[in-house]
Amino acid sequence: MESFDFIEMKFPAKPEYVGVIRLSISGIASRMGFTYEDIEDLKISVSEAVTNVVNHAYQEGENGEVTIGFAVYEDRLEIMVADRGDSFKLNEVKAKTGPYNSENSVEDLREGGFGLFLIDALMDKVEINNSTGVIVLMTKYLEKQGVGLHDDRVSTRE
Amino acid sequence: MNLQIQINEQENKSIIHLSGEIDVYTAPKLKEALLPLTKEKDTIIEANLEHVSYMDSTGLGVFINALKLSKEYESKLRLVNLQERVFRLFQITGLHEIMDIHSTIRGVDG
Repeated sequence: MESFDFIEMKFPAKPEYVGVIRLSISGIASRMGFTYEDIEDLKISVSEAVTNVVNHAYQEGENGEVTIGFAVYEDRLEIMVADRGDSFKLNEVKAKTGPYNSENSVEDLREGGFGLFLIDALMDKVEINNSTGVIVLMTKYLEKQGVGLHDDRVSTRE
Repeated sequence: MNLQIQINEQENKSIIHLSGEIDVYTAPKLKEALLPLTKEKDTIIEANLEHVSYMDSTGLGVFINALKLSKEYESKLRLVNLQERVFRLFQITGLHEIMDIHSTIRGVDG
């Protein structure tokens, strides 16, 4: 199995923590070598997913938690945002996750307006699992230097 | 990680200077400041986003809300000096077509 580092964080599902979560994703993504532009995309995507949880928790008058998992791979970052306080069983989550446009989940998430639309536009892959609460799983790939290096090699041969 | 709001009311024109981040935490504050301004007939409301370093869909929601009210109350809403990243959100969502966005900071056509 492909190796990766896994980071899990739990926050109260309150608006004032969304900015703190952005700082966390910013730190992880910059350590991985994501570009400034990609880090901004990641900040928005994570905020959208967390905002969704926060708004739902508030509507239902709960003092809920939001759990965020970061799987750091060599070539990509996978982020999970869950509206239950439970820890992730990563393989279970992945096994149950489908494309975001499966009917129910979309209706649910689009209440917030453009949130899910933006996540889909800014990330490379988005999946939603709503078997126990809602879990958004999103992936962004590191821009491979390999492509650029290959181009350079070709041009220096001239 | 907060939003500073400064309102400068002139005759037939209100300028609202925003500085900081617009997200689920700060959007209610923006809403509270911006929406009443749009309810005065024949005024121009200019939102200066020069110092807005971060915005997400919660911010878009507030501006959509303000735009609707401005149509209803016959005022005019205009966004100026958006940073490229912030403007990009309006572009991705197609809102730049319906919003009056005057100028952006770094090389993007408004």
